Amino acid sequence: MQLDDLYRRVIMDHYKTPRNRGKFESGEAVTVDLNNPTCGDKISLQMQVEEGIVKNAKFTGEGCSISLSSASMMTDAVKGKTIEEALKMADDFSGLMKGDPVEFEYEDIEALSGVNKFPARIKCATLAWNALRKGIEHTHKTDN
Amino acid sequence: MITAEIRELFPILKQDVNGHPLVYLDSAATSQKPIQVIEALKHYYEWDNANVHRGVHTLGSRATDAYEGARAKVAKFINAASEQEIIFTRGTTTAINIVAASYAQSVLQEGDEIVLTPMEHHSNLIPWQQAAKKTGAILKYIPLQPDGSITIEDAEKTITDRTKIVSIVYVSNVLGVINPIKEIGQIAHKHGAKIMVDGAQSTPHMPVDVQDLDCDFYALSGHKMCGPTGIGALYGKKALLNNMEPVEFGGEMIDHVDLYESTWKELPWKFEGGTPMIAGAVGLGAAIDFLQEVGMDAIFKHDLELTNYALERMKGIEDLTVYGPLTNRAGLITFNLGDVHPHDVATVLDAEGVAIRAGHHCTQPLMRWLEVSSTARASFYLYNTEADVDRLVMALQKTKEYFGHAIG
Repeated sequence: MQLDDLYRRVIMDHYKTPRNRGKFESGEAVTVDLNNPTCGDKISLQMQVEEGIVKNAKFTGEGCSISLSSASMMTDAVKGKTIEEALKMADDFSGLMKGDPVEFEYEDIEALSGVNKFPARIKCATLAWNALRKGIEHTHKTDN
Repeated sequence: MITAEIRELFPILKQDVNGHPLVYLDSAATSQKPIQVIEALKHYYEWDNANVHRGVHTLGSRATDAYEGARAKVAKFINAASEQEIIFTRGTTTAINIVAASYAQSVLQEGDEIVLTPMEHHSNLIPWQQAAKKTGAILKYIPLQPDGSITIEDAEKTITDRTKIVSIVYVSNVLGVINPIKEIGQIAHKHGAKIMVDGAQSTPHMPVDVQDLDCDFYALSGHKMCGPTGIGALYGKKALLNNMEPVEFGGEMIDHVDLYESTWKELPWKFEGGTPMIAGAVGLGAAIDFLQEVGMDAIFKHDLELTNYALERMKGIEDLTVYGPLTNRAGLITFNLGDVHPHDVATVLDAEGVAIRAGHHCTQPLMRWLEVSSTARASFYLYNTEADVDRLVMALQKTKEYFGHAIG
């Protein structure tokens, strides 16, 4: 068990200085509150989606280094993407957690690949991505 | 006397985890099993396996004797007045659910009160929330002191003539606090209320005498006291259990069955519908034999000595916060290490072969009271040693260094 596989410098950097942490002061945003009932981690994800494009995303929440750094990376990565592209990224992230060799345009995410060696921590890493999926589902429902 | 030889009786502890000898400090979640319990399960399935109370053949008799023998051991272990007062359940959760579903719902009326504390495990909270919702009863909580303990004065203020049930944990699985069950029971009885005790964390670690406590109901889990998972017991005073309706209906709990009406067996079998966890009961019996051989006083003393040793050693770790009172406590320590999230603490410790718990420990209201989302917890049992504590402290120091380095 190599801890450095899990806690790579880039992960700790996102944990220490999370990107996109906060809430939108104004403007409409889809809000998804998700928690992990087994451990108490929480995320509140806000997404501004216009014409099928994720214009902006922010999050607040409590959690371990893995869950918060994952949220930081995810919110950065989805900005400017279409919802289809964002969903594809969420699928790719699931693959990464299974140990698939996936490449991301936003390379920092690949630092989380080591989590697959720590099965107990996969749910920490996927929390933000599950929130992303839920947010997109919500947008679809509103659009239709 | 607890000796190093006791550790030798636990095969699981003789392994390396992640390249280090295992230090198991999560016994409050589930304890490890001594060879005697493992052998009892093996022997049962190899030689005696049959259904109970049904077969007229030899194996049926052996299985029934083993199952009922285990019941007698549980009764003696907690000093019940009669074996009929011991109902085998899946564990503490099922035991509390039986009381909340059967006794509570038959006596509770709108406006009646159920008294709990904010330190209850979800298993001694949600069944009462449900009972309150169904009956219109009100949940009331004995408040916590700043150190997490409760006082008799507050119990006296909270329990009133409207109180029908007081349900309270004997030993908190987070704070380690030992609650004054006997005194609270006396207050409850003064008001005509009944007291139910969640004994999940007390039964494995200290002598328990339900007659001395004068509790009306008491729940325990086998797996936390060196026994198998999926077996536990509900103790109830005979007069109360006799007047209660079963919660599960079906095979083996019946007396006479007609097409439209049926009657139930006598205690305790009317509460044990279906084929019970026979091997589990046999294993629990073996666990009780083992614990009694070591001695519950000795186990309590050992756990406490280790906890005090750990508390002393952990004082040397900068930024370490320990929750719960420092006195009148049992063998577990709940803590947080500076800004390092407890999951991260647990993962780094795991890499060092040290198994601890991290999370909300099924006590979300208590976590909110502590103003944390989760905590880390090291819990001790009779197979733990000072060397285990030293490994814990060393691993915590490493965690600090690792995260200090990684974050800083």
